[in-house]
Amino acid sequence: MNHSISLTVNGTRRDFVLDDPRVTLLDLVRERLHLTGTKKGCDRGQCGACTILVDGKRINSCLALAISHDGADILTIEGVARGDQLHPVQAAFIAHDGFQCGFCTPGQIMSAIGMMQEAQAGNDPERIRECMSGNLCRCGAYAGIVDAVLEAQAGADESSQRRSA
Amino acid sequence: MKQFDYVRPATVAEAVAAAAQPGATYLAAGTNLLDLMKGGVSRPVRLVDVTHLDGLDQIEHLTDGSVRIGALVSNADLAHDAEFAKSYPAIAEALLSGASAQLRNAATVGGNLLQRTRCAYFYDTASRCNRREAGTGCDARDGENRTHAVLGWSENCIATNPSDFCVPLVALDAVVEIEGKGGRREIALDELHRLPGNTPERESALEPGDLIVAVRLPAAARGFAAHARYLKVRERTSYAFAIVSAAAALRIENGKIAEARLALGGVAAKPWRARAAEDVLRGVAPTAHAFQEAAWRALTDAKPSGDNAYKIELARRIVVRALTLAAAGTPARIPALPASPFASTSGAIHA
Repeated sequence: MNHSISLTVNGTRRDFVLDDPRVTLLDLVRERLHLTGTKKGCDRGQCGACTILVDGKRINSCLALAISHDGADILTIEGVARGDQLHPVQAAFIAHDGFQCGFCTPGQIMSAIGMMQEAQAGNDPERIRECMSGNLCRCGAYAGIVDAVLEAQAGADESSQRRSA
Repeated sequence: MKQFDYVRPATVAEAVAAAAQPGATYLAAGTNLLDLMKGGVSRPVRLVDVTHLDGLDQIEHLTDGSVRIGALVSNADLAHDAEFAKSYPAIAEALLSGASAQLRNAATVGGNLLQRTRCAYFYDTASRCNRREAGTGCDARDGENRTHAVLGWSENCIATNPSDFCVPLVALDAVVEIEGKGGRREIALDELHRLPGNTPERESALEPGDLIVAVRLPAAARGFAAHARYLKVRERTSYAFAIVSAAAALRIENGKIAEARLALGGVAAKPWRARAAEDVLRGVAPTAHAFQEAAWRALTDAKPSGDNAYKIELARRIVVRALTLAAAGTPARIPALPASPFASTSGAIHA
């Protein structure tokens, strides 16, 4: 039985006909939309490489059935830059060497963007490490990742202060 | 993953009817279920998706002082609800000590209650497991069992319930609201999960089609807000299941414990309410001696199910630490490492 769903992916509405309900959001964005920035690491919700934002919240796309998310708003790594202008979190990862091989990086960046929107960690490195614990980095670039997130958070705090001034 | 039919009911009544069929199961966020389905551990023929049902995602503070949490409230939304976290700090801390931020954003209250054990032999379909497949045997008994149960286990199953959330919930007398074929009913959370006995495959008191629609905390649960902690020992400080955990909550009046609540996680197939320990704390001063007596009572019936005798002593110590920290007062803000027994907190007496 076919199921029709529609999703907004990186700002564009997309309609899909699923001939199989087993398709995850991860497989949908990678295999149907060829948005391969989102990575399949463990495919079991343990590594965070597949992190995307669904309705503004970071989740593991490998553990989310596409069919159950009919109508959702999806943001993947391909949707965070504005043209050639990198998202501040992307720029901070480059500035602080927040990666080595890069495989976990899209998930790390999406997770960091989601974390900053959750506004639970602030600029406390210990809280950032805790709030980013769902993203594993086998290269061990954690020190650079935390520094990158701290810088991005500081930049976000500064621009929100400017806006309120 | 085995093929399945996907059903998206419009109402709770439709959901219950659809899920009462043999082989059907409910889908909420799927953070545990999809993992189990990918591994062939769960093989439902029909998924009844309840995530689009209206009215199950509210936190309602009722006029009688109780709170009613809809089954589809996410773990993160509940933990970060300011009024909820202030009134039930040990529950918020337990939620934030579980899983990862991504999983907490997706995972629901109802799903958390019904998550399955993390016993490796339950997950490995090449192993014998009475819980997964009745009557096949238990490879955990002679296997890697250092994290398994020390309370309430049987020769048929030594698995533990992995929920953090359920531990302070059971301590605070949470009630589960269930919609079933016979209409609405409610049971104490303490009666939701079953000990294995001879039928470990029957994990809960739920019947086919039963849908958890809400969890309720009685008015008295708020009375412990000033002295409540959840502590959890795990093999890494974040994003790991409990080896042993404890929720401790006290009502202290005029320097004495008017009422104590205590529950343990990671030790049994259900969140383990330690009523005998609560009884010895009633009416006494919150001293290290009293807490040690309580810890002793809590683990009186404990026995190793394998290479896990250490968990009994660990549980005693985490009980003393949790009671000590609860007596010192709920911290103004949940620590950066929620539920960590290693976080520095002033006023702590090391057990």
